[in-house]
Amino acid sequence: MATAKPILYGAWISSCSHRVRIALNLKGVDYEYKAVNPRTDPDYEKINPIKYIPALVDGDFVLSDSLAIILYLEDKYPQHPLVPKDIKTKGLDLQIANIVCSSIQPLQGYGVIGLHEGRLSPDESLEVVQRYIDKGFRAIEKLLDGCDSKYCVGDEIHLGDVFLAPQIHAAINRFQIDMVLTSSLIFFVQIKISAALTLHTHQNTNSNKLSFSCRRSTQSCRDFTTRTWKSRHFKPHCPRISQMHLQQNNQEIKPVTTICV
Amino acid sequence: TERCRGPLLHWLPATNQSELRMASAEAPAARPILYSYWRSSCSHRVRIALNLKGIDYEYRAVNLLKGEQSDPEFMKLNPMKFVPALVDGDAVIGDSYAIALYLEDKYPQRPLLPQDLKKKALNIQIASIVCSGIQPLHNLTLVRFIEQKVGTGESIPWVQQQIDRGFTAVENMIKGCAGKFAMGDEVQLADVFLAPQIFAAVTRYQTDMVLHFHLLSSPQLYLSLSLMN
Repeated sequence: MATAKPILYGAWISSCSHRVRIALNLKGVDYEYKAVNPRTDPDYEKINPIKYIPALVDGDFVLSDSLAIILYLEDKYPQHPLVPKDIKTKGLDLQIANIVCSSIQPLQGYGVIGLHEGRLSPDESLEVVQRYIDKGFRAIEKLLDGCDSKYCVGDEIHLGDVFLAPQIHAAINRFQIDMVLTSSLIFFVQIKISAALTLHTHQNTNSNKLSFSCRRSTQSCRDFTTRTWKSRHFKPHCPRISQMHLQQNNQEIKPVTTICV
Repeated sequence: TERCRGPLLHWLPATNQSELRMASAEAPAARPILYSYWRSSCSHRVRIALNLKGIDYEYRAVNLLKGEQSDPEFMKLNPMKFVPALVDGDAVIGDSYAIALYLEDKYPQRPLLPQDLKKKALNIQIASIVCSGIQPLHNLTLVRFIEQKVGTGESIPWVQQQIDRGFTAVENMIKGCAGKFAMGDEVQLADVFLAPQIFAAVTRYQTDMVLHFHLLSSPQLYLSLSLMN
């Protein structure tokens, strides 16, 4: 009897969900994707009582939190390992992943933006988020000083890259971060990972609804979201990623596992 | 900065104590160095892990209130300017989660993670909720920002809300597993992360333990675990 496919509950705008999609696709796991809005879908609470996304449902096991899900996938699906074997390299890789998931992403969520509501203008809110992203990215760049590998900790994609790619994508597309100003050679490589992996994962989700973020938010959240999305994809200071997006229709989308960057 | 390893042995089954003594006898000459601050719950997690595993380490204080995290020598160890940072031979790691999992790999005595995949995943999940979903929303920088930009005294209700949300989620996750601790009667990775968070919540943000964690047989054990480290 065939085992049921794991189900991933996520949202297209959620960079935490994005990380898990990348991991699932890299490992070639056949999964079912269900887009949810945890704030408005009444049935989601029955599936996941804490209403967090992403959530992975594997049989009767419900797991939230992108780091927990990805390390669970790493144990259950050992193909295309994401965690380095060497413990020092693993330490660095986990540190990079945690800079993203503990020191950058939590400070750009709607909860924190809502904190500023009525007290900071959307421009000031954006500046706060940009400061956290800038600090995190510069720290990662320092950690990778002197590395000449294709990706963070080697020539293969690992955990740090899986966390970094959605963060770079959000930084450029939502928060107007100028990657040229913060970049070294490593970051141009990262932009290419981000673009390559993002193209593939967006193909899989079939979802492109900007209205998710605007429909139920308060006015200041809507203003903030409108400003952060107004110049997505085509900023002239990110020529490489802009180019890859423009060439989307002409480009043969290879499966993520065979990408050579 | 006093480390208290002796009383911790009573958390462990008697058979593990001889393993610990053997591990100490075979330990390498250079001790790992932990850069830590007494008030940092992230540093607190690593102190608990090191002590549970019986690892002899050197403690170096980094005074965050005096800005010692901006010392160029410390920034070489951790460009994020956060504590904790661990230096173990030529390994330098500046993140509590990465350090905890590094210690789990390098010093396998007194494991913090169970073998069972689902129980392991639940541990990682709870630790991650604390590490990404609660603590970053009340670290010193953000609290100062709220006090300055939003208003004096505004940080406390904000932090209480985040702690409440996070603890409610954790309580949901431990249904069916909880005993003396979150995942049973032994201290595991989830508890290593939960204890400092509970300690901070109770001592700094007036969190009521009776409201949360009524699934635990003795929530005050977390306060004991925190105070002993």
